[in-house]
Amino acid sequence: MKINFLNSHRVSLNIIILSLFLAILSSCVSPTKYYWGEYENILYTQSQEPGRATPEYQIEKLQSDIQIAASKGKPLPPGFYAHLGYQYLQIGKAGDARKYFTAEKMAFPESTVLMNRFIAKLK
Amino acid sequence: MVLSFKLFACALALTLAGCAMQSKNYDKFIAANPRSILVLPPKNQSTDIHGTYSFLSTVTMPIAEKGFYIFPVTVVDQMMKENGLPSANEMHEVSLKKIKEIINPDAVLYITLHEYGTKFVVIQSQTTVVASGRLVSTASGEVIWEGQTHQVIASDSGGGGIAGLVVNAMVSQAVNSSVDYAHNVSSIASRDLFMTEGQGLLNGPYNPASTK
Repeated sequence: MKINFLNSHRVSLNIIILSLFLAILSSCVSPTKYYWGEYENILYTQSQEPGRATPEYQIEKLQSDIQIAASKGKPLPPGFYAHLGYQYLQIGKAGDARKYFTAEKMAFPESTVLMNRFIAKLK
Repeated sequence: MVLSFKLFACALALTLAGCAMQSKNYDKFIAANPRSILVLPPKNQSTDIHGTYSFLSTVTMPIAEKGFYIFPVTVVDQMMKENGLPSANEMHEVSLKKIKEIINPDAVLYITLHEYGTKFVVIQSQTTVVASGRLVSTASGEVIWEGQTHQVIASDSGGGGIAGLVVNAMVSQAVNSSVDYAHNVSSIASRDLFMTEGQGLLNGPYNPASTK
């Protein structure tokens, strides 16, 4: 009897630990609406190590994210294209800047006033 | 028998924990019905200068996944700096009228970082991030949501325990420094502040669960 009691006690404890672990795990892998890739990491790196996060470095990372997002069939998050356009602006590539400011506006019409402001400055 | 009772007790405890906090009053949020949110760089009352931009870089994911358009945080920060506003404190002073004219968000989120950083106590470290946020409608000037988060995460030098597990799971670039450790706790704080059911933001128009 005593052994049985101990065993069931251990089983229930294990189940609780396992269910807690699964709950934590599932909250970490819950599907997101957007493909996040490197966008937020880049924002952080740019603020802490601006020397490393040059516009060229950022463009390379974000262009790679565009490819991966397309292969996964997921949209890119709000601000992504605008941020990319802004990097092209920094290195004087007005055509690319315009392309991505327009892409932001198409994906999220809420950005229209700000994107039009940036696009108007390109001329 | 013992097993089922324990599971029941466990379920009850989880339910109670979920109900312990009373839901906020969302009347003003619902009336304002914002689609787009501008997040200004947080004012930093902590002693760590990294706090403002660490926290700012973690707000996009929770706010976008809740279903809102969030303006590109770093682009807006740089634009404001180029226009003579060198710090978060100055940016928080810009009038809603001016913000509406230049950027046109439905609401502006003002965040204050009260604590940010890691303290080392012999073999343990304790990372604290405390932040509060205030969402203001640009149409009415009214505060339509307020919230706060208080995260204290301890870890031993091995980074073990369930807290360590959660933090480690969130690290996409595993760098062993206190600065990055505090940054990871910023991510947790940010999700807690905006995504906690009954306390965070309501679902926005881009959330599939939204009824709007």
